[in-house]
Amino acid sequence: MHDTGKVVLGLGLFAGLVTGPVWYGAGGGKGEPPVLERPLDAKECIEPTPFMRARHMEMLDAWREAVVRRDEREYLASNGQRHQISLTGTCLGCHTDPAKFCDRCHQYAAVEAFCWDCHHRKRRGT
Amino acid sequence: MRRRLFLQVAGLGVAGACVPIARALERASAAAPAPGAATGKRWAMVIDERKCLTREGCTACIEACHRGHNVPAMKEPRHEIKWLWKEPFGNVFPEQVTPYLTAAARERPTLVLCNHCDNPPCVRVCPTEATWRRPDGIVMMDEHRCIGCRYCITGCPYGSRSFNWVDPRPHLVGEPTDYPTRTKGVVEKCTFCSERLAAGKRPLCVEACEGLSCGALIFGDAGDPGSPVSALLRERAMARRRPQLGTSPHVFYVL
Amino acid sequence: MLEKALTGGRAYWALITLLVALALVGLVAYLEQLSVGLGVTGLSRDVPWGLYISQFTFLVGVAASAVMVVLPYYVHHYKAFGPMAILGEFLAIAAVLMCLLFIVIDMGQPRRVMNVLLYPTPRSMIFWDMLVLNGYLLINIALSRATFRAESAGEPPPRWVKPLVYLSIPWAISIHTVTAFLYAGLAARPFWLTAILAPRFLASAFASGPALLILLALAVRRFGKLDPGDQAIAKLGEIVAYAMSVNLFFVALELFTALYSDIPEHVEHFTYLYLGLHGHGVLAPWMWLSLGLAALSLVLLLIPRARRHPRLLVVACLAVVGSLWIDKGLGMVVTGFVPSPLGHITEYWPTGREAVITLGVYAFGGLVLTVLYRIAIGVRKELAA
Repeated sequence: MHDTGKVVLGLGLFAGLVTGPVWYGAGGGKGEPPVLERPLDAKECIEPTPFMRARHMEMLDAWREAVVRRDEREYLASNGQRHQISLTGTCLGCHTDPAKFCDRCHQYAAVEAFCWDCHHRKRRGT
Repeated sequence: MRRRLFLQVAGLGVAGACVPIARALERASAAAPAPGAATGKRWAMVIDERKCLTREGCTACIEACHRGHNVPAMKEPRHEIKWLWKEPFGNVFPEQVTPYLTAAARERPTLVLCNHCDNPPCVRVCPTEATWRRPDGIVMMDEHRCIGCRYCITGCPYGSRSFNWVDPRPHLVGEPTDYPTRTKGVVEKCTFCSERLAAGKRPLCVEACEGLSCGALIFGDAGDPGSPVSALLRERAMARRRPQLGTSPHVFYVL
Repeated sequence: MLEKALTGGRAYWALITLLVALALVGLVAYLEQLSVGLGVTGLSRDVPWGLYISQFTFLVGVAASAVMVVLPYYVHHYKAFGPMAILGEFLAIAAVLMCLLFIVIDMGQPRRVMNVLLYPTPRSMIFWDMLVLNGYLLINIALSRATFRAESAGEPPPRWVKPLVYLSIPWAISIHTVTAFLYAGLAARPFWLTAILAPRFLASAFASGPALLILLALAVRRFGKLDPGDQAIAKLGEIVAYAMSVNLFFVALELFTALYSDIPEHVEHFTYLYLGLHGHGVLAPWMWLSLGLAALSLVLLLIPRARRHPRLLVVACLAVVGSLWIDKGLGMVVTGFVPSPLGHITEYWPTGREAVITLGVYAFGGLVLTVLYRIAIGVRKELAA
């Protein structure tokens, strides 16, 4: 093989860069899952926690299409209860501060939740 | 040579075709008719100019709308966002201006807003259906889907639409309401308070005007022969903005 | 073949470095626009489209003009256009890439660009423009790749090239027609609501595109030491002459209809453009410059001795490109918005950021063009040796 030394060096550099985040987070507890502050006055969400954890965005997307595009504003939950379809009204009605709940996991998972650009009363930064 | 070409073409083809087909199927199955579609409802507004002038300098409707919907007050005039505002009469109805009209008459403040046309050119040009016409006549906005191309602004013959050139949040006036603000890069406009209509309430502007008992804004279902708006529309001819363009606006003016 | 782009003299690498630097500066400015919003531009509520969209409009014309070389060469076997054909196709590729880039840069929410594909809306002309532009890019990449590979291997091109060439010709016309349709069907904008908009676009495209191609071919001859042929350049010069004449005739037709009918809705846009309206007239001096350049170019192009004179041809081509760039790239789009539907005059002028971003896109297109031309030159030199 030509340039064996350069190839091996390059591969090593590449491997190091690609696995960099693993080494960065390895020591020092950076990998701990976040602690969420749950709402005080509600025992459970409108759907069971495992469902919400895995599929809340799917549900919110469906909610968005229902309200904005079809003017359908009522949600029939799996337990038969009816809720008003509203991120600000229903979800944030219990999870009053996204910074203490939603943002914690979203920051941990590095998934940008830009919902709060619009769907949150507080001005940005306050 | 030929195998490489085959792999390239096949790969591109599969990648390209998958998603739009899946989405189109999804849309087809999800396109359930909206409630109220069968009832023939058609929202319309009548603006009585003469009654609007009883209180000079009144902007109650505008304030109610802009406050209620968190419409920002932009400092830069270029970036102005407005859903409902006043223009000089001669600008709104140039075809009504004669050489004999006084300057005062030409300058008379006239309310303008989205006309919720039957045949909206803005809907025709939107590439993503981020704006569309509901069966009840409201031309809606989906700010989630809007790509900010501003073609709808270009297509609107009435100048009814505004674009968020920057983040609007720092420019909100007063305490924000629960109505979602918009983000930079999307278009917004009056939606006849669709969220309030769904709850059986009247648009904020109409409610504010009724609160002052001027009776300048009459809103209702033009598809219901028994509604006050229907009665008004039947009994006298009213002006609409630029009707010769074929848009069939549903904001009517008593001049 | 791509490795040919990695070899070159000092001038080549200097040009590459300059273009990369300009593109990077443009990218940094664009990142600011992404962060702050389109408010960094000179656009406004009354003038929502400006420099980015007008550059896209101008470059679609340049891209379409490749048909002026492809049609004579492939369909009518005009052998003199042989070496020129690949230069025209590469110019088309670079131009379409810049068009697509300008469109994305102009979007308020570029992360949602896929929505145009995910929610296809055939009643919108942007849907069709997206289809035909991308299709044209793919066609040109496939065609230039196949023909050039065949040429460098000394073989005839594969059999599917012929039908693809036949497809590319109406497709080239369609990209600029559909772009014209973006404007020409809007009741809201009387300045654009004219059937002659698409013919005008095509005429100005067939003048500015080949003029640009002549300038590039002369540069390739001078710096790349590759000669596309005197006859090809002369023929392109004739094409530019006719296209420019037709274009100016169309402008005169538009002026007649608007001014003779004296309908205020139509007259006022032309008044704004050439004379200014109510004290606002930032575009007027530019439009007169454009007319002056057009007149100069016509004189030089229609007199055969002037057209055949190498220096004068360069002047004529520069004048054509300059005149039509001002006409389409500055005047056409903005004037549609002045005055606004409510009769207000809001003028538009690009901001510094906007200009830097635009320059960055042009630098990127220039980079693509330089690399592709370098490959063409490299391969042709090898073949000649």
